[in-house]
Amino acid sequence: MPIDVIMPSLGFDMKEGTLSRWLVKEGERVEKGQAIAEIETEKATVEIEAAVSGAITRIAVEAGRTVPVGTVIGTIGAAGEKAPEKKAPPPASPDSGAPAEAPPAEAPPAASAAPPAPEAPSEKPPAAPPAAEPAPAGERVKASPVARKKAEESGIDLSGVKGSGPGGRILERDVEAAIAAEGTAAPAAPPAADSAAPAVQAGETVALNRIRQATARRMVESKTTAPHFYVTVEIDMDEATRMREQLNRIAPADGKVSVNDFVVAAAARALARYPSLNASWRDGSVEIHPRVNIGIAVALEDGLITPVLRDADGKTLKAIAAESKALAERARSGKLRPEDVGFGTFTVSNLGMFDVDEFTAIINPPEAAILAVGAVVRRPVAAGDGVRVAAVMKATLSVDHRVADGAQAGRFLQELRKLLENPVNLLTG
Amino acid sequence: MALKTYRDAVREALREEMARDPNVIILGEEVGVWGGTYAVTRGLHEEFGAKRVIDTPIAEAAIVGAAVGAAMGGLRPVAELMTVNFSLVAMDQIVNSAAKIRYMFGGQAKVPLVIRTPAGWGQLAATHSQFFEAWFAHVPGLTVVMPATPYDAKGLLKSAIRSENPVMFIEHFRLYGVKGEVPDGEYTLPIGVSEVKRAGKDVTIVTYSRMLHTSLAAAETLSKDGIECEVVDLRTLRPLDMRAVYESVKKTHRALIVEEDWTTLGMGAEIAARIGRDRFDDLDAPVERLGQVEVPMPYAKNLEEMMFPDEKLVIDRVKTMLA
Repeated sequence: MPIDVIMPSLGFDMKEGTLSRWLVKEGERVEKGQAIAEIETEKATVEIEAAVSGAITRIAVEAGRTVPVGTVIGTIGAAGEKAPEKKAPPPASPDSGAPAEAPPAEAPPAASAAPPAPEAPSEKPPAAPPAAEPAPAGERVKASPVARKKAEESGIDLSGVKGSGPGGRILERDVEAAIAAEGTAAPAAPPAADSAAPAVQAGETVALNRIRQATARRMVESKTTAPHFYVTVEIDMDEATRMREQLNRIAPADGKVSVNDFVVAAAARALARYPSLNASWRDGSVEIHPRVNIGIAVALEDGLITPVLRDADGKTLKAIAAESKALAERARSGKLRPEDVGFGTFTVSNLGMFDVDEFTAIINPPEAAILAVGAVVRRPVAAGDGVRVAAVMKATLSVDHRVADGAQAGRFLQELRKLLENPVNLLTG
Repeated sequence: MALKTYRDAVREALREEMARDPNVIILGEEVGVWGGTYAVTRGLHEEFGAKRVIDTPIAEAAIVGAAVGAAMGGLRPVAELMTVNFSLVAMDQIVNSAAKIRYMFGGQAKVPLVIRTPAGWGQLAATHSQFFEAWFAHVPGLTVVMPATPYDAKGLLKSAIRSENPVMFIEHFRLYGVKGEVPDGEYTLPIGVSEVKRAGKDVTIVTYSRMLHTSLAAAETLSKDGIECEVVDLRTLRPLDMRAVYESVKKTHRALIVEEDWTTLGMGAEIAARIGRDRFDDLDAPVERLGQVEVPMPYAKNLEEMMFPDEKLVIDRVKTMLA
């Protein structure tokens, strides 16, 4: 069943966009998530991804044209479908009438003019039929809500997953199996993508892994939709440094507490106190989250991932340290569990280990704020009329201005500083 | 901690609250000299006298009506209805008076009233073997409490008596003899807080009152097959606290509601709807319900016993949900 590709809206004020170029040709096969076209707006150039796997059966808007948001710019159809001609051998399928499918005609997916003989079940399953969630009519993939959610989070195409539930419903365990299979048997999916890759005409391209793709997409979304503003404070870390040394002297090797753990603990408590930053912009209103789940940005070899520490506001420093360590280890070894990701309400990003003094971070949508933390450095600071050497750290908060204002950011940072400068408060849950 | 029966736990709550607050009175049929049809109020008449433990005529509308008036006048009555079946006669007093007076008088009058009444069955035939908790939980203005254990019964009844608003406190004939640990002395439990009575990861069983015990027994048996059910006891039906249920469903992705009442338009329907709305993305299977067979209660013992979810039925349903 054909899926229309439309000119997306990348911001409230976006009325039209320019299709700068197609990355695929008519008739070419695409995988779900593959970038197929570049759109230029006033703010940025972004890639449009294929919502389903299949073939580009029609390019409706040529490169260089500017069209209103919502315009159909192309169509993705079943894998075998040839572009402009009609389907070669009309399969003797028991379709209700389904006359010549006239490819260039507008076929709204809801009407589902002629779903080509659903699946050919004897075929090997990886030749994923384009049937997918977005299409409401015809062959809807039967999957439980949690399976759908999990599949979406991990980028699994449900149409390629075999369901073991009643009536073939795809269950959580089936998606987990698919995730596991993808992790171990890497070559399973790529071939199709590879065969499509050479067709991309641009000179040198590096194929993006899934994390990179997601990062790119989400950061563009964030920067193009959330109006960021930034507030920086300098925090005296003398007391926290001292306490950390004391704690780590007596802690077992695997129980060490990092500076970041202090920051996470303080941020969580400050958020509990000032929940206006523990929020999301959602459909024109502000959703304040009841729980404080802190995402911890972890750098991987080939990308960035933010596993989430749940209910961090009620956890002791020790608990935060232990959990963060476990999360980061799982992230680095690629063994994050589904419950480790998602549902973050705020992120802490720390580049202190790279001796970065300060930086600004891009908000991780749909969160409303992110805290960027630099290194703790010893430098002279004014003390009374004299000067002393203190350990200081700079923290910069990026805030979605739709959700909160400068004063709220200021109050949060004030509280954060207060907690870090009197870190004994972080020892209790 | 001492092992006490549910009956003794309820009596202990009544005695402690009567000793603590002279405004607490008890009224109902046979609650005084006779000590209550289910022996819950035994001894209280002797201890607190006929002015505070009042035997009434067989007239439920009058019992609740008088209790509502007494509550408005400053007392804290605990009215006993011999069975929840007799509440039908007093429905106007409960639904139209007790539940609404505070609202309709703009807060100038309040009704700190507890109506204690057992539901249940035991060869009492169709008109004496019913569960109307869903009827009461349907009404804004009423609090509905249905504890399953002696510990919860004592703590919640004390809170109910101290509440400024009318509480339907529904006990269960067949729970009166159930024993459990009840600490000596004063403690109260918050109304409107559910509790996880057994931790598990595979299926969430949501239940209350006697079905808690059936569910726990089933969970125990299932555990031998490696299936771990989390059992959430609602304890209070209005206000309905779904937090523990939601947390659990997030973990197990499956929910089975086990109730003793008829299922159609019952508590399970409400709970299922809320899970569907608020935890849709966490589900891996449709929310399931088990309840009483939807016919009037037969008198014959063997037929009566076939009416309710038992351990086997719960086990079978859980296994189906995991298939």
